[in-house]
Parts: sequence; structure tokens; C-alpha cells
Amino acid sequence: MSDKIRVLLAKAGLDGHDRGIKVIAAAMRDAGFEVIYTGLRQTPEMIAEAALQEDVDAIGVSILSGAHMTLFPLIYKAMEARKCTDIILFGGGIMTEEEMVILHSQGTDKLFGPGTPTPDIIAYVKDVVARKRKSEKII
Amino acid sequence: MALLDDFKRGDRRALSKIITHIENRREGYRTILAQISRFERKAFRIGITGPPGAGKSTLVDSLVAKLANTGKKIGVVAIDPSSPFTGGALLGDRVRMQHLADKDKVFIRSMASRGQSGGLAAATRDVITVLDAFGMDLIIIETVGIGQIELDIIEACDTVVVILVPESGDMIQTMKAGLMEIADIFCVNKIDRPGADRLVSYLNNMIHERLGEFSQEFPAVGTNAVSGLGVDKLSDAISRHRDYIVGNGMFEQRRKRQLKNEILSSVRDRIVKDLDHMIDLDGQFESISSKLNSGETDPYTAADEIYEHYFRGRLVNG
Repeated sequence: MSDKIRVLLAKAGLDGHDRGIKVIAAAMRDAGFEVIYTGLRQTPEMIAEAALQEDVDAIGVSILSGAHMTLFPLIYKAMEARKCTDIILFGGGIMTEEEMVILHSQGTDKLFGPGTPTPDIIAYVKDVVARKRKSEKII
Repeated sequence: MALLDDFKRGDRRALSKIITHIENRREGYRTILAQISRFERKAFRIGITGPPGAGKSTLVDSLVAKLANTGKKIGVVAIDPSSPFTGGALLGDRVRMQHLADKDKVFIRSMASRGQSGGLAAATRDVITVLDAFGMDLIIIETVGIGQIELDIIEACDTVVVILVPESGDMIQTMKAGLMEIADIFCVNKIDRPGADRLVSYLNNMIHERLGEFSQEFPAVGTNAVSGLGVDKLSDAISRHRDYIVGNGMFEQRRKRQLKNEILSSVRDRIVKDLDHMIDLDGQFESISSKLNSGETDPYTAADEIYEHYFRGRLVNG
């Protein structure tokens, strides 16, 4: 039996809009993932530290406050400081395609915009985690 | 092994990776456990249990925040249920543990129950061993929200705290078997709600019946986990209980009993698995089941036959 996929879901910064992330959390639970939900108003440090302690495969961050260009890179830096950038950082929120490209170059793997069907996100996580685990085995 | 070296040096990532390795029963986990078991271990283990929504995680948050300020290294294992349908889980205990998020002496690990029905996860005891070997002074184990009979926690810790709420029931509930019998310390959370005083006095009556005059030492503690009210008293009660059981030898007895049960249950698991396997291979069950259908034998006689076939002369009950 292969290991369970473990995902940390967090809301970063001053942002109380958690309806979306709860929908994602329930969908991932139903897809057989173990979802660790940290709740609202997490700092980048708190998110990276929780991911380290929980040894998750991926971190999903929802930001609807407009602070995504600041917070995503800070989360990645906090991950770098803990040497855990092998964990996949992905997220969702309201942002432009151009911003997604910039964030991608700064460590965030994939970003999903409004209206993304949950099966797309689950398929993405399954795929990216499978690839990550394969590459780890080769090493 | 590089991971174990990092672990010894106190690297939290290595601790986390080793827990995953062991939780997933990956190849070589037994070797790691065997090596880790040789490390010095000194942690005192506190179990927190009670019904869903009683405030277990919130209480762990305020309790651990307080204990961490005394400089102790604390490991928290928080267990939530896995879905029996999809195998997925929503582990939400961290949501209530915000005061612990930035404490570098605290390490929290969420575990999904993964098919276990006793309130713990299958690998909980091993994870406790790992945290202990990492150098924790205290390990707090928070069970899934339980009912009256999910009592595995008594096999995993030294002091059991049972958390109830004013809505938990009347005097009859406090007289029932199961959950009410495993508490070393009772805690009535949400103490500001109506009915709390009454539940506290029912509990104290019951404790008095069990412990006699000694019950003065361990009365039920009222708390409000959100405001922190009563958490000092709970923490005092836990250290009093610790001194008490260490002093009178119960601590060692308990640990001994737990180890014995753990080993026996692991032997039992293997015997049952082997037996299932042998019966499948023999095709014994096919012939028995046709005899059962035709009324030639009954289930008890069939069980006797199977038992004799495999165990005759080998086991005391044969």
C-alpha cells in the first residue's frame, strides 16, 4: 500500500475568507487525503513550521486578501530556512496570470484562480506528489 | 543512517521524517524503532480524552502553552478520525492550538486513526517512543473524540485526563462503566455553562466512592479552556498525580502492564493472521461450511474441530 497523501491547508495573513479552503479541505478528505487544516491568520513562519512538523507532501495556501505577492514568497523563504523546499507549495486566490508566473519563479508551484473545479486541484496534487515521490526514490 | 544522526542532533525535520516512516510502516521501520528504543527516554505521558467538541484541543493549547513557559520540551500527538469509506481525514486539532504554533519547544503531530477504533491511531505508541527518544520532557496524547468505550488511551499514557462538559449528563452517566473508570483526573470544561457545578459535584461524589478520603487529593477540576480559567488547577492536579503514582509504584506497574499488553497484542495479531492464512490454504473452511449448511455440524463443534486441528497438544486450552 502506498503512503497516504498528506496536505497542509492554511489561510495566510489577515484574511477571514475561509469558505473556499474549507470546500477544498472536504474535497481532499473525500479523495482519501489526510488534510491538516491550520485555520485562519497564519504567518509564513507558522505555515512552514507546521508543514515541517506534519511532514506533509504539499502545502496549499488560500489568499483572498490581495497580499499574495508578498505572502507566497515569504512562505517559500520560511520553507527555505527550514530546508523543506522539497514540500510542494501551491495555492489559490484572486490574481492575474502574470502574477502567477512571477510567483511560480519565486517557488510557488501552481496557483488556481476562482472557479477551478475541485477535481482539478485533487488531480494536480495526486500527480505532483506521485512525481515527487518517484524522484525521491531515485535519490 | 544519516536521518538517525540528524535525529540525535535534535533536528526537527529528521524527527518528523522518522515519524512518517514509522507511521507508514515503511521498509526498515522496525530497525529504526529498535535503534531509537536504545536512546534515553524520560518523558511523562499525559492522555487527554473525552467526547467530540468537549474542548480537548483548546485545553491542550492552554495547558501546553503554560507548561512550555517553564522551559519543558513538549511533544503533542493529536489524533482525529479517518474515514472508513475513503480513508481520508480532516485533521483539525491545530486550528485550536494557535498559541503553540510559534513555540520552538513544542512539536505537534496530527495523526489520522487509520482504521483503529479505540481512540488512538495504530502507530501512536511508536510515535510516542520516537518523541520520547528525541528528548521530550512531556508528551501529550489527545485522542479522537470518544464515546464510552474507546479506551485505548490507558495503554499509552501515565496520567489520563477525561474532559467532560456540563451537557455530558446527570449522575447516572457518572455511574456508568467505561470512560468514567479510566480517569485519573476529571475535568469539566466550559465551566461557565449552566449545570457545570452540578456535574462537578456528581463527579466528586463518584470519586469519593472510589477513592474514599483520598478523593480530596483529586477532585474534578473546572476549566474554561478558551479564557484559560482553571488551567493552572488542572496542571497542578496533573503534577500531583504524577508525584502520587511515581511515589507509590503505580507508575512502574502501569508501564509494565502496558508493555506486556503491547507485546501480547502483537503476538496475538500474528497468530490470528497465521491462522487465517493456514485455514485459507487448507481449504478446511469449504468442507466445514458445507457440513454447516447440511446441518451435520454446528458452529461450536466446527470451532472445536478447527481448534483441535491446529492447536491440539500445543496450547493450554486444548
